[in-house]
Amino acid sequence: MKKKVFALVLSLVMLCTTVLALTGCGSSGGDADKGVVNVYNWGEYIDEDLLDEFTAQTGITVHYATFSDNESLYSILSSGSADYDVIIPSDYMISRMIAEDMLEELDFDNIPNYENIDEAYRGLEFDPDNRYSVAYTWGTVGIIYNTTMLDYVPDSWSVLWDEGLSGQILMFDNSRDAIGIALKYLGYSQNTTDPAQITEAVDLLIQQKPLVQSYVMDQIFDKLEGGEAAVGPYYAGDAITMIDENPDLAFAVPKEGTNLFVDAMCIPKGASNKANAEAFINFMCQPEVMAQNLDYIGYYCPSSAARELLDDELKNSPIAYPDEALLANTDTFINLPQETLDLYDSEWVRLMTS
Amino acid sequence: MKNKFLGIPYIIWMAIFVVVPMFLIVGYAFTTREGGFSTGNFSNMLSYAGVFGDSFLLAIIATLVCLLIGYPISYWMTREGPGVKRIALVVLMLPMWMNFLLRTYAWMSLLENTGILNELFSAIGLFKLINAVTGSNIDHFPMINTKGAVVLGMVYNYLPFMILPIYNVIDKIDARVIEAAQDLGANSANVFRRVIFPLSLPGVISGITMVFIPSVSTFAISKLLGGGKTLLLGDLIEMQFYGNSYNPYLGSAVSLVMMVIVLVCMAIMNRFGDGEETAVML
Repeated sequence: MKKKVFALVLSLVMLCTTVLALTGCGSSGGDADKGVVNVYNWGEYIDEDLLDEFTAQTGITVHYATFSDNESLYSILSSGSADYDVIIPSDYMISRMIAEDMLEELDFDNIPNYENIDEAYRGLEFDPDNRYSVAYTWGTVGIIYNTTMLDYVPDSWSVLWDEGLSGQILMFDNSRDAIGIALKYLGYSQNTTDPAQITEAVDLLIQQKPLVQSYVMDQIFDKLEGGEAAVGPYYAGDAITMIDENPDLAFAVPKEGTNLFVDAMCIPKGASNKANAEAFINFMCQPEVMAQNLDYIGYYCPSSAARELLDDELKNSPIAYPDEALLANTDTFINLPQETLDLYDSEWVRLMTS
Repeated sequence: MKNKFLGIPYIIWMAIFVVVPMFLIVGYAFTTREGGFSTGNFSNMLSYAGVFGDSFLLAIIATLVCLLIGYPISYWMTREGPGVKRIALVVLMLPMWMNFLLRTYAWMSLLENTGILNELFSAIGLFKLINAVTGSNIDHFPMINTKGAVVLGMVYNYLPFMILPIYNVIDKIDARVIEAAQDLGANSANVFRRVIFPLSLPGVISGITMVFIPSVSTFAISKLLGGGKTLLLGDLIEMQFYGNSYNPYLGSAVSLVMMVIVLVCMAIMNRFGDGEETAVML
């Protein structure tokens, strides 16, 4: 009997909260008739104070949620179970979403602040006509090296094939990044779908394998900071973290070019608050807002107007903002066709079992 | 009647979390990305022969090392008094209270070229001594990023699974059986060879099973201690699910082939031991 009463109370409580939640949604939806915007972003990837400021400026309520990686964002959107207005995927995922008709074209008349985004971050390979995305942050892959263990400044990917450094070299444990480096070293595009070029790149990696100490992802922090290895390729943002830990380390962008990664704001197909979403994107493109946000999250800024407003240390960092000339040869990953992705995997197995 | 009800939760549990996933694996293994039945996932399995070879070889070595270390320890433990037994068991279990990845990371910093062990050797002048004697010029032992380090990681992590079953079986051998053997004139070597060892075989077999199966399918150890240079089956399967090319079909096919090979190995193993221990592997 007691159990039944308890169950009854419990279900009443649940019913009440459901009703409250529903009416809660309804009332916030009617907030001064400005409506809401549902933002879906990476974890720890925005200064959340800005959300309140946006509401204060526009009267639009922000519902904010986070995802952990591009693949989970993709599966949530493609299952159609969620209704988001602004999403912030990475380059190759944006190109995949464009290909699968999952994104809404942006109305740039509603995003006047887009003028603050530098030319270099418009019309990138994943969105060549620049119709679907507005750059949020970016970064490069480069060479991180220990100045006490290397007697020259590496300006080329060839340092990763330097026999004098045998056993001191780290390499990406991730086929897209590792093969991408070999492709760049050979002078090919990182988005090539030519099987011969990919095979040639993997042959080069097989040559490199005896020199490689280990294939790593985040273990690279320990190994470079502790002086266990002399050189390894990694993301520029993480390079800054490592150099903070061990001042002997330095960062270089190879002359052959490298990978430039961009995360950008998009509106998924069928978003119910498209105008509010564009208002949000416009807000995020204000230089002051962008600077405050990037100071907080520590990534790099796609707007020179905003960069001027950054903290001095970040603003003048040559790692975060390398010479334009060095960026001339960069590629941004786009989504590869399935056959190419399969080839990447089988070639990676060939490298690993060689 | 009542007893049957007690089993129901377990049966439901097994059905949902063991039987259904098994069928899913089989189902995926025989389909393609486009859907439809196919054996195409198996036809190029031969290109992964190297991965299978490496995985089984390393797992077999790790299992043998575990047996060679584990058997004497278990035997010694059973000969000790209850106090020592209890302490030995706690010491054995203690590291397992810590997360597996954490323990493997700890080995990483022990084995590195500039790691704790090499620093220690260098501090006691070991390398100077070796260099003076052999005329070589070394400043560290290369330990990490080798296949040996992968085996070490497996042995370290799975050794308790070898010791515990052997210990349990030897501990339960009736002391009177041993006394009878001694009364009949067997010396201690003969007692061990003809009485204790044969009676402990079921424990050895379940120990081998419990070390070999996780070793052959491990994936983090080779990444962390082997420097990611040796691709093992676990890594290969993980790659199909979290790599660039999402391919659960091939991943399931590889898992299925691995399961069949392991089953065959275990079936052969079990011919050497008591039939009742087969339950362990299921």
